[in-house]
Amino acid sequence: MTAVSPPSRRVSAFFHRKPRLRLGMLLSAPMLWLGLAYLGALAALFITAFWSTDVFTGKVVTDWSLDNFVTLFSDSVYRTITLRTVGIALLVTVIDAVIAFPMAFAMAKLASPRAQRLLVIAVMTPLWASYLVKAYAWRTLLSGNGVLNWLLKPFGGTGPGYGVTATVITLCYLWLPYMILPIYAGLERLPDSLVDASGDLGARTFRTFRSVILPLTFPAIVAGSIFTFSLSLGDYIAVKIVGGTSQMLGNVVYDNIGAANNLPFAATVALVPVVIMLVYLAAVRRTGALDNL
Amino acid sequence: MKNRKTLLAGLCGVSLLLAACGTSGSDSAGSAPGAQGFTPPKLAAMTQLGQPEGQLNVLAWPGYAENGSNDPKVNWVTPFEQQTGCKVNVKPFGTSDEAVTLMKTGQYDVVSASGDASLRLVASGDVEPVNTALVPNYNDVYPFLKNKSWNSVNNVSYGIPHGWGANVLTWRTDKVSPEPTSWSPMFDQNSPYKGKIIAYDSPIYIADAAVYLMAHQPDLGIKNPYALDDKQFNAAVDLLKKQRPQVEEYWSDYLKETQSLKSGDGTIGTAWQVTVNLAKSEGAPLQSTVPSEGATGWSDTWMVSAKSQHKTCAYKWMDYIVSPKVNAQVAEYFGEAPANSKACAEFEDKSLCDTYHANDAAYAAKIQYWTTPIPQCLDGRTDVKCKDYGDWTRAWTEIKG
Repeated sequence: MTAVSPPSRRVSAFFHRKPRLRLGMLLSAPMLWLGLAYLGALAALFITAFWSTDVFTGKVVTDWSLDNFVTLFSDSVYRTITLRTVGIALLVTVIDAVIAFPMAFAMAKLASPRAQRLLVIAVMTPLWASYLVKAYAWRTLLSGNGVLNWLLKPFGGTGPGYGVTATVITLCYLWLPYMILPIYAGLERLPDSLVDASGDLGARTFRTFRSVILPLTFPAIVAGSIFTFSLSLGDYIAVKIVGGTSQMLGNVVYDNIGAANNLPFAATVALVPVVIMLVYLAAVRRTGALDNL
Repeated sequence: MKNRKTLLAGLCGVSLLLAACGTSGSDSAGSAPGAQGFTPPKLAAMTQLGQPEGQLNVLAWPGYAENGSNDPKVNWVTPFEQQTGCKVNVKPFGTSDEAVTLMKTGQYDVVSASGDASLRLVASGDVEPVNTALVPNYNDVYPFLKNKSWNSVNNVSYGIPHGWGANVLTWRTDKVSPEPTSWSPMFDQNSPYKGKIIAYDSPIYIADAAVYLMAHQPDLGIKNPYALDDKQFNAAVDLLKKQRPQVEEYWSDYLKETQSLKSGDGTIGTAWQVTVNLAKSEGAPLQSTVPSEGATGWSDTWMVSAKSQHKTCAYKWMDYIVSPKVNAQVAEYFGEAPANSKACAEFEDKSLCDTYHANDAAYAAKIQYWTTPIPQCLDGRTDVKCKDYGDWTRAWTEIKG
């Protein structure tokens, strides 16, 4: 048979013989996206941070200087805001992990397959509602004559009002699904036989949890923490809605772009969460959490 | 060559090189800086109208140029298109800074600029003087809105007034007594409303503190709350830092404030009239006033882009938007005082003109309209350097802590 094969066959045959070229062609679009759009934007941000703005005409002046960084490091207010932001992000992460673990455990190990599906849907449902609606709902709940105060009144208590506490509560609520789902996935991968084996060897429930379950699901918890931590670190809307008078790093960035039109300084401030995240990712890389994402 | 020289003079005036051209270099700049402390680029106003160009790109605050897309009942763009044959494209903007940035593209013919944007547009040469003789309805504009520091330079008009309002003091009548007549409950450290105060969330709010200091610490010598030297500025910032622990929250979204006043989380605060009306209509027992010290406020101006290709349409638009009927519609929809003295007769709810004090020149005089703070002191002082908007923004971050 000497029939000529159709062109498409020849093309696929050509790529079949050259696996490296095939890989290159497949990856080129995503790599271009990552390289240009993603890293390019970060690089632009980094460069802009060294420039300044003509305050009156609003034009960016492309003179190189470290003034923005000097302001950032010498003004104590930015230190305070950074510490507050990191504190809020850590607190949100810890609280979410504590709430999410039992929930994920029940979903993965105790519920029937049918209930499991329903629970996954239940956890995802809040993600289908708009962020703003959820934040404003918390604003109403936390208000002086809101539901929370009404519930606490018989016990002589009052709600936290608007402020850092309210921000932590709202962010915990908003990011909880991002913690539950990775832990759930991690627990699902954990073979029941290991838990059984631990029991057979005489370990009590807590010992099994501490020596078997926790070490094996720790990377999943860390994976979830990357979401909750980085999302809290960059947030500025929730704190604007329920934060009362307090502000986070995101607000400083927003105010410098929205009100002051000072893009360079906003870029400088925006580098702070980037650096914190890089340190955080470097720290968690060794736990294997990044393989769990 | 001559053009180049005037351009240079203009650039010199705006480049904020005070040392280079503001004080010692005034001879090289050719002309003395205007009352606002800068010399705008030399641009000529239109001398006569031509044929409408058939197109108009409008940059407007939301609610200022409704074309029925938000609410079919609210449409003043379509009648204009039918009258003039100018097809209107409307681009709404959210902040003054956004307006300034968008005007630099040269894609828009007219803009409704607030006082904190207009001077920047004038100084950078993005808008040109307006020949008010070509805008017949300008005759009916309240005299107290004409040739003000935010819509004119050296008595050259740069636009047509649109409407204005004050940042008023408002309070819950069931929680606050006696009735306040001063800003003191907001700034007094022993305020009985500690933790229930709501304040505006913007660097421009520093001017509110300056207005208060003008009355209560006259030795600081503040003449204009937007022209603050080091000492005056620090006094205002200190006042706001002391106010912060008493503040329940800062607002920049008027709907958020409405909710706060309705629920009683905030009992006293600085507000816009539209917020007060909205909260009152929803049952909150509110009252508002411009206290004895005066107040800050806004006054908006329609301006023409220097790069506009559709200037006849732009003039027709400015005349149309401040015509009594349309000016009334816009002011009523947005919630502010109209600029046209005949607009009040056209309001559907006649009481609103009293609510907004539209006829009240004395009330209008008590308002310190939003202006961009620049290094050249807006009150005419040349011996000191004033704080610019960048400083204001940094200080605002510091105040909020």
